Amino acid sequence: MVSALANILETNESGVLAKWLELLLTSANAGGGRIKEAELKAQCREFLTALRQALAADMGGDTDIQSDTFERVRDLLSDVSRSRAIQGFSPSETATFVFSLKQPIFELLRQFSQDALTLADESWRVTQVLDQLGLFTTEVYQKSREEVVARQQDEIAELSTPVVKLWDGILALPLIGTLDSARTQTVMETLLQSIVDQSAEIAIIDITGVPTVDTLVAQHLLKTIAAARLMGADCIVSGIRPQIAQTMVHLGVELNVVSKASLADALALALTRTGRAVVRVKTPIASTTSH
Amino acid sequence: MAVLKDDTLPIRTSEDVVRVRKEVRVQAIAAGFGIVDQTKIITAASELARNTLDYGGGGTARLELVQNGARKGLRLTFEDKGPGIPDLQLALTDGYTTGGGLGLGLSGAKRLSNEFDIHSVVGEGTRITIARWK
Repeated sequence: MVSALANILETNESGVLAKWLELLLTSANAGGGRIKEAELKAQCREFLTALRQALAADMGGDTDIQSDTFERVRDLLSDVSRSRAIQGFSPSETATFVFSLKQPIFELLRQFSQDALTLADESWRVTQVLDQLGLFTTEVYQKSREEVVARQQDEIAELSTPVVKLWDGILALPLIGTLDSARTQTVMETLLQSIVDQSAEIAIIDITGVPTVDTLVAQHLLKTIAAARLMGADCIVSGIRPQIAQTMVHLGVELNVVSKASLADALALALTRTGRAVVRVKTPIASTTSH
Repeated sequence: MAVLKDDTLPIRTSEDVVRVRKEVRVQAIAAGFGIVDQTKIITAASELARNTLDYGGGGTARLELVQNGARKGLRLTFEDKGPGIPDLQLALTDGYTTGGGLGLGLSGAKRLSNEFDIHSVVGEGTRITIARWK
């Protein structure tokens, strides 16, 4: 009984393959040309062969796809699922790869089964295997997507916390977006390291791009400022918009730090403090373009 | 008082807190709030949502866009099934915290809203309702 399906599959492999491919190409799985037909065909052929071998070797008939017998099938399916996840296929499009194999195999079984009992047994076994494989595909898909998201989060965290040098000894940290604990940690580390690297005396923290300043954000800011102070750098907070200022007053948050409305004001203050001034050396040349 | 819109959002992760904030912003704009009122209710929502998560172990945020006569407002209800607050008076004191924060979230949220109602039973959970009117 165990090898019946494997045998039938072996003798009719090309037929099943053709039928399966046809189904895949007409269904959503073709993905609007995101996968080349030749590539899809190669994937299908490899998978079918691996599945047949696994079924033939699966003597116990327990059809547990987590067993060693199915290792090759799982590997192949992982590759397929992962590449689909990265190419932007939907979970159902990805799972269809496995599920669409049911129809050709069922047709084959109906054709070759001697009696109703065998047909029922084999159908049940195929269903079990393919369902498990389908779920496995979705799991791998999900995991791959999570990996993509995690990587993007890391990238955003790094990209969104640049420390820029405005002048000798003057750094600026323009903060943008939501300040959660993980990001604040990155911000603090980059700022403190830059203070060391550039031997900065003044760090300007610009919060123009922070939409909400609640007590948690305020606390993160206060800690960053305190740490910078310990490293010998003074902080100036700039970019506190009127609505944020009013809200902070109601919240009862006190930022015991010099603050300025705009980054330009903060830079002017920083220059003054470091004994510099910006002066105009020439009267601006009147515009000579005429129309 | 008519309820024009009623949404309930889950609060289970810190991403949910961001989502609540975003949704409150959308509703505050829909209610016709000015930028200062928007910021106040968003900040209050942020404090309470984070409390729900950190102290209540997660819960829900209910956002209601309400109309009382000609006035539109936003009513937010934060509910959790956490340990509850044993001493409300103390919890509402500026600077009091059990979790290492600034201790201004709850009292600050109260100051940022027009209406504030807190109901907490030790061992059963906490429900806080705030409202802000245009």
